[in-house]
Amino acid sequence: MNNIRKNRIKDQAFKYWGIACTLLGLVLLAIFIGNILIDGIMRIDWDFIVNLPSRKAERSGIYTALMGSIWVLLLTTLIALPVGIAAAIYLEEYNKKNKLSTILEVNISNLAGVPSVIYGLLGLEVFVRIMEMGSSVLAGSFTLALLILPIVIVSTREALKAVPKSVRDASFAMGASKWQTVYHQLLPASFGGILTGVILALSRAVGETAPLIVIGALAYVPFAPSSAMDEFSVLPIQIFNWITRPQHGFVENAAAAIIILLLITFVMNGIAVYFRNKWQKKFK
Amino acid sequence: MRKLKELVIERALLISSLITIAVTIGIILVLSIEAINFFSEVSIIDFFTDTEWTPLFTDKHFGILALLSGTLLTSFIAIAFAVPVGLSISIYLSEYAPKSFRRTIKPLLELLAAVPTVVYGFFALMVVTPFLQSIFPEISSFNSLSAGIVMGIMIIPYISSLSEDALHAVPDSLREAAYGMGSTKLQNAFKVMVPAASSGIVVSIILAISRAIGETMIVAIAAGQQPRFTFDPTVPVETITAYIVQVSLGDVQHGSLEYKTIFAAGITLFIFTFLLNTLSYRIRKKFQEKYE
Repeated sequence: MNNIRKNRIKDQAFKYWGIACTLLGLVLLAIFIGNILIDGIMRIDWDFIVNLPSRKAERSGIYTALMGSIWVLLLTTLIALPVGIAAAIYLEEYNKKNKLSTILEVNISNLAGVPSVIYGLLGLEVFVRIMEMGSSVLAGSFTLALLILPIVIVSTREALKAVPKSVRDASFAMGASKWQTVYHQLLPASFGGILTGVILALSRAVGETAPLIVIGALAYVPFAPSSAMDEFSVLPIQIFNWITRPQHGFVENAAAAIIILLLITFVMNGIAVYFRNKWQKKFK
Repeated sequence: MRKLKELVIERALLISSLITIAVTIGIILVLSIEAINFFSEVSIIDFFTDTEWTPLFTDKHFGILALLSGTLLTSFIAIAFAVPVGLSISIYLSEYAPKSFRRTIKPLLELLAAVPTVVYGFFALMVVTPFLQSIFPEISSFNSLSAGIVMGIMIIPYISSLSEDALHAVPDSLREAAYGMGSTKLQNAFKVMVPAASSGIVVSIILAISRAIGETMIVAIAAGQQPRFTFDPTVPVETITAYIVQVSLGDVQHGSLEYKTIFAAGITLFIFTFLLNTLSYRIRKKFQEKYE
């Protein structure tokens, strides 16, 4: 009897420990967001968004960094989306089980684990130097596109995998070719899933700092980029720059810019989760 | 005509997937070419045995151990924090928590991994370090403890999510058998479920280690930029990744020795994460066969 009671007590104790651990992460996140809000929310106004960077903290704004982030995000999408989806279609629908498919699979799983700063070194040597793009928006976008490529491929494959085999069989039975099946049946059916993966990948890209620092993106740019070959800064680099300055005013600026960055990241994640839920219901 | 079109499309799709292989080859080539250039000027023995890393000073030393110790120290602290917490969460969510609670809490926890790392760096420097200083006044304002803990918070969802998936994949029959023998949830969790899902759990921990080793912005902001061969968590250190960022922020001439050092540091980092990723892939493949 005594043993049974002891075991029950241990069982209960672990349950509360488990709840405590689960809440720990969330409580820390809440403390953290609360802290940032206190530091930065008063600093956010229209001027903060449309002002150029300045040596005086109270006159600085995030305009150039925000525009840089938008440019990079758009170009990264344009580069990574077609390649990533095409690669995923090949791997999931065309590929036969052979040596090449194993190599591709191992390789993609490895690429997903390569630290982002290494992609920066690749971009620095290949895009900035060899292809002579300089530290431009285009070089940064290519670098980030390679970085998110494995994420886009993996999530697109998952989405295609979730389409029931009956859809393919029906399409082939109607005399459709392989590509017609992919284009008219599978892509529309897996659209929600692909979209979810792509948005999550882009929300990762928008927060990336290290690879862009390595390819030479600047902390101080006087003008927003007007072409893909212009120099640029992005929001995370602007934040990093402000964090490393000792004067107090810049801490407020950093906190305010973090609020904007978090807002963008969380909204993107929210949209992704929304599409995932909506799409998952479809196949149930 | 239709056949030709199909063929062209298939080839185009194939080429897209081959781009991923080109990326890997590109990374290996770029890193090794610059690293070979580097080792033609610096002895590889010094690189692995010297304990000082001062390429930016006049008295130059190139001992990667000074950077490696910083990387391992911060990663160790992060893992020591994240593994117990992450595993407890995964066991709680898969064995104890009601289904509805799990459904709401999982995406929330995954938000922790979605926060940009530069933001975590700010958190470490502005919140965690002052907090630690209020308990241990002698701690330096840049230190590996604070950076490590915050990195641990960031990787909690990597461990909890993947481990929970692994626990979830264990067939219900094992669970039912354990309860049939009269075991409590706790006994079932630790004596049946965790051993059965052990490979999946190990994979999640390896991936978390690999993530911690490659993490850049948190350590660049909060751990300092002073390479030193130490395992003291209260003093400033520098990791491999933070060094690469530090050099990139400065004005370094292409082709100079300083420029090559970031590639020598980069290839060291790449080899470490490559080994860890390959290991986890192997284990995962084995695990998949087990329950299929």
